[in-house]
Amino acid sequence: MTTLLSDELLANIGRQSTPHRELVTRRDIRKYAIATGNRQRKYLDGDQAPPMFHVALFWDVVELEELTPDGVSIDSLLPKFPLERAMAGGLKIDYLKPVHAGDWLTATRTLADIYEKRGRSGPLIFYEVDMLIVNDAGEPVIRERTTRILR
Amino acid sequence: MINLALSEKRPVTSVQVGDALPERELTPDNVQLFLYNAVLWNAHRIHFDEPYAKDVEGYPGLVIAGPMLGDWLHQCVEEWLGDSGRLVSIEYSNRAATYIGETLASGGTVIEVSPAAGEVRIEVFIKNAAGDVVTPGVATVMMEAQ
Repeated sequence: MTTLLSDELLANIGRQSTPHRELVTRRDIRKYAIATGNRQRKYLDGDQAPPMFHVALFWDVVELEELTPDGVSIDSLLPKFPLERAMAGGLKIDYLKPVHAGDWLTATRTLADIYEKRGRSGPLIFYEVDMLIVNDAGEPVIRERTTRILR
Repeated sequence: MINLALSEKRPVTSVQVGDALPERELTPDNVQLFLYNAVLWNAHRIHFDEPYAKDVEGYPGLVIAGPMLGDWLHQCVEEWLGDSGRLVSIEYSNRAATYIGETLASGGTVIEVSPAAGEVRIEVFIKNAAGDVVTPGVATVMMEAQ
């Protein structure tokens, strides 16, 4: 089978982002809980962060000129893939410790894998990005693996 | 606000395979989708620029953000679980796009109970109005033995 994945592309597996340290604030928790339609007081009041709050906490805050005309920011962890149309993806998240307002968390992202499969309408490229979130004591708090599909 | 937590703490032994989680109807509108993406700093036009979403990307309407559907799976599990345990892991995938104006529903079914480990596995879903599962997943919760 011919492959879309050159050795040069596969050499990007293992690439890591610069660690990102962020402060969890009550205000940000409240905004997230309200926007997602959460109905639990501890989240709406901002005492504790709901699961998936880390998605907002570590979304790249990019400057306007870094956004493409369609409003997307380029993920600097990713190489240029020979397929570009993003399809649905999946997530696996492990919640190891609760997150509260006042916590400092640090996330490091790793491009964990790139592989190819044949779909019904042609080749598909899969890539996986791991995000490890630790607290200031270095203890793991959340582990997330995202799988995305390009066609 | 209604009290969503279980009225009393329940041990893992009170849960059985086949137990259904309460379903919740979800009708996200433009305002909610805007606030969600603002909180993330997500400026993708498919979520707020309807002419762009339709004419350029070919969608029938404004696309509901995939991770928001994932969040609703978590809420479904946590509202059912209340103070009786902790959501420790979830796996889900966004299989099909959903659009503003659609009526969605979240729900789930217990598929595995391991009383010794205190572990319960739940199949969760977001369905569209046609009944198609657009976001399937499996969540794992830890509950107390007694």
